[in-house]
Amino acid sequence: MTALPSAGLAAGSRRSKRLGRRSRAERWAPLLFLLPAVVTLATVSVYPVLDGMRLSLRNTMLSTQEDEFVGLANYLRLTGDPQFWSAWQHTMLFTAASTLLETLLGMAMAVVLYETFRGRGWVRAAMLVPWAIPTVVTSKMFGWLFDGQHGVVNWLLMQAGLIDGYVNWYGDSRTALLTIIIADVWKTTPFMALLLLAGLQTVPHSLVEAARIDGAGPWQSFWSIRLPLLFTTLLIAGMFRALDAFRIFDLVYVLTGGGPADSTEVLSTLSYKVLFSGLDFGYGSALSAAMFITEAVIALGFGLFIVRRMRRDNG
Amino acid sequence: MPSSWRAQLLITRIALYLASALIVVWSVAPFLWQLSTSFQEDRLLSSPTPSFLPWPGTLEHFRNIFVEKEFHLYIVNSAIVAGLTTLFCLAIGAAAAFALARLRVYYHFGILALILSVSMFPQIAIVAPLYLAASALGLMNTYTILVLIYLSLGLPLVIWVLFGYFQTIPREIDEAAIIDGAGPLRLMVSIILPMSLPGFVTTGLLAFIMAWNEFMFALAFTSGVERQTIPVGIANFTNLYYVPWGDLAAASVVVTLPLVLLVLAFQRWIIQGLTQGAVKE
Repeated sequence: MTALPSAGLAAGSRRSKRLGRRSRAERWAPLLFLLPAVVTLATVSVYPVLDGMRLSLRNTMLSTQEDEFVGLANYLRLTGDPQFWSAWQHTMLFTAASTLLETLLGMAMAVVLYETFRGRGWVRAAMLVPWAIPTVVTSKMFGWLFDGQHGVVNWLLMQAGLIDGYVNWYGDSRTALLTIIIADVWKTTPFMALLLLAGLQTVPHSLVEAARIDGAGPWQSFWSIRLPLLFTTLLIAGMFRALDAFRIFDLVYVLTGGGPADSTEVLSTLSYKVLFSGLDFGYGSALSAAMFITEAVIALGFGLFIVRRMRRDNG
Repeated sequence: MPSSWRAQLLITRIALYLASALIVVWSVAPFLWQLSTSFQEDRLLSSPTPSFLPWPGTLEHFRNIFVEKEFHLYIVNSAIVAGLTTLFCLAIGAAAAFALARLRVYYHFGILALILSVSMFPQIAIVAPLYLAASALGLMNTYTILVLIYLSLGLPLVIWVLFGYFQTIPREIDEAAIIDGAGPLRLMVSIILPMSLPGFVTTGLLAFIMAWNEFMFALAFTSGVERQTIPVGIANFTNLYYVPWGDLAAASVVVTLPLVLLVLAFQRWIIQGLTQGAVKE
């Protein structure tokens, strides 16, 4: 303790020198700290996207050494390619259906978990299980559950009298996409619910309490207080979910491989096949560029809606 | 009046418990079925009525995957790739998140938004150019290329979650440290990092799970059991004439059980980390 004042004095003269050095360090330090992350993202994410755009204007074939600039030829081919449009439709249908179902079911789950009851922590823990399981494992798991011959889902539905004969779920082009949507809903809904629950918990309790005193029932207070306040969170969660659903690959590739009869082919699996089975890197890049553009439009659409909503909330 | 009110409360209570039971069953039943399947003989699995408990049980499927399919090799590959990814993600991500949260950076929210938007790219859009680059650099079928790719997939989330953690530490601590003569590096390593250890556990776990589960890039960039990761191994588990559901179940259990246990152990922290964006709204 007694040594402190003298040490402080001695440091005083040094401090001014340090200050000069620090101000220079202060200027450069943030850049140095950010550099590794920025360099990684620039070389492994941003540069490949731009290079993909360049490739989409060429006829690069890995099998024949062809590699010339062809302008917009790949994009023209795209507009007349029925495989592309069918994959585009499947992807949009999947994105819309899974996002909608996951948001609605997730909301229902979040409302249940919002109440306090014994064992709630366990329920929340159980909900993380589907999220943590590798998607490839989920695909195989649903392959077994929905198997056309020995699948337990068929057996259960049969016992309940809901179907007359076993359904060949993902082996039939009429039900294959539905099976994939069910698997995705299983995997992602709990996570959605946890996000929405976190949003619900930010709604001030005093508001809900005030409404209760004014005679509002639980249903009414949900519709007129919590839901409107949660709407922006709901939109943001929905946007992230839609962007993620749009690039679905693992589930389709492992469960059906895009079949039967291309009924579950989505844009990611189609691009992958064009790239690595057809070795057509030019056309494959045009396909993924088209995906990129659609994603950007989805993000922009949600973004505009969210910004407008936020403005209205604040003003 | 009060008695009917109490009855209504009781009904709400029962409905609540029923709904939660439904959520739990929905979330864990498919995995439990996989667990039971992994211990059942093929004879039981192909009988017309499924048996829900593995009785008589067998370890044959586990023997199959480890002895015949050399599943441990995939596990080693995945452990190396996911482990290295986690390590680099935390080191690089922490530095960036620290700069954005605690140092004077212009447009730091803009930079953060840009970094986050990178994670929204459709991943298929970067496969082809990266494939060409990796071929040219001789990086095909190496751990290096997978770690590099997973690093760029994981960094946005890691930076975002760590940024949130760093912001919860009071600013006065920085000022005190700077007055004591600590530079930015000292401030980060000896003060901010030790204070946000829980954040590191969460983000580390998130990065690890992401790398452990990733499939498409592993499929495109590796060939052969010496570099392929678990998801690729499992996806390729098919016999010529039938699907080995029992072996698949055993493999699923082996790779998922550690994740499930980790997630259950750290669930509170994970939920907190994952939902901080929503909470801040």
